[in-house]
Amino acid sequence: MAFANTFYNTFARRNSVFVASIFAGTFAFTVSFDQGLDKFWDNWNKGKQWKDIRHKYIEES
Amino acid sequence: MGVASFWHVFEGFMLVESSQSHSWDFGHADHSGSRRPLAFRSAPSHFLPLKTTMFSRLSASKAALKPVATAARIPSLPSSTVRFLSSNAGQAAAQPPLASRTALATASIFTVGSIAWYTHLYGSLPFVGEVHANSPAEDGLHPTAYPWSHNGLLDTFDHASIRRGYQVYREVCAACHSLDRIAWRNLVGVSHTADEARAMAEEVEYQDGPNDAGEMFTRPGKLSDYLPAPYPNEEAARASNAGALPPDLSLIVKARHGGRDYIFSLLTGYVDPPAGVEIRDGMNYNPFFPGGAISMARVLFDGLVEYEDGTPATTSQMAKDVVTFLHWAAEPEHDERKKIGLKAVILFSALTAISLYVKRAKWAGVKTRKILYTPPVDKHH
Repeated sequence: MAFANTFYNTFARRNSVFVASIFAGTFAFTVSFDQGLDKFWDNWNKGKQWKDIRHKYIEES
Repeated sequence: MGVASFWHVFEGFMLVESSQSHSWDFGHADHSGSRRPLAFRSAPSHFLPLKTTMFSRLSASKAALKPVATAARIPSLPSSTVRFLSSNAGQAAAQPPLASRTALATASIFTVGSIAWYTHLYGSLPFVGEVHANSPAEDGLHPTAYPWSHNGLLDTFDHASIRRGYQVYREVCAACHSLDRIAWRNLVGVSHTADEARAMAEEVEYQDGPNDAGEMFTRPGKLSDYLPAPYPNEEAARASNAGALPPDLSLIVKARHGGRDYIFSLLTGYVDPPAGVEIRDGMNYNPFFPGGAISMARVLFDGLVEYEDGTPATTSQMAKDVVTFLHWAAEPEHDERKKIGLKAVILFSALTAISLYVKRAKWAGVKTRKILYTPPVDKHH
């Protein structure tokens, strides 16, 4: 209950704060979700993707 | 009918009992934290008077007839039916479990499912005979399922293999097969750097134009050019291959039954024809090719190419690499598709779980409410 009250008073009492927190939360979730999944993906497919073998062929200019 | 009669009852109810005050509890207006079933809080002694009120609103003759008709009908029903009408529990308990609707549905789904599975596995309906003009050998052997490095739902292509496969295609397959739908730029970031792809493109002369004088001219290739075809047109390709057309390989993995497994099996499956099988001159025997006789001869032999990364160029290694390359050519979106699929599954599962939870929360009060009813006491006796 305490959490619910805190949540309500912090985020939901004013509509401007509510909308702003939804926007900010969406942005933060998207970035963190994508980054976390990319990290898992690169770990799962370690050594198979182009970025893993690119250094063998790239020429410094 | 249902809604209308409900409001009729409600109206009559209010008519009769307008003097009393009622409080309705739907389980939501309760702030103590616990949900309570819906109940009438006042003494609910008003359902019978209500009925009387409703009848009184009809014409006198109808009101007089109705009780008689109802009274005449009820005794004709068997008493057990009357009792079960008030309760579903009695009915369900009287039924053996194998006669339930669930058992029927389960058995039907099981039957349909097993027939579908059989048909999928063996290609024909069970217990129904079929006549084939072809022998199994003429349809070609089924290819083995190979453990490709990109088999799994989350597995990307092995890009080192794509790069080796491109080398095999360029040095071996490209002598006869075109790859029309792949441009040099498609290789960038997949198997080659931009500089490498540009250098490879510049080795090829492309016809361009017209120029200011209205004439076509040739120029070195650019990243936006497509891989050069070995023959200018289909007729030239047929004329050079004893009438057989080497198919374009851009979508060949998608275009053949068995896909990558079939092409790998075909490339590595050349053997001497078994006794009794005659292969015409210029044709070759391959058990995986429908009909067995294929115009393409075996092309992959150990050590045919020299890989720059030192991988031993065995026949099967080259076949595996070139099939991986051709699979990428047919499905360039493969890696990104699987990644987006993973994200979509996670997000949509979460959204489904949330919506199921919200639905249950919203419906809890409706589904768990109880309407209490105490039969009125007849005060006239």
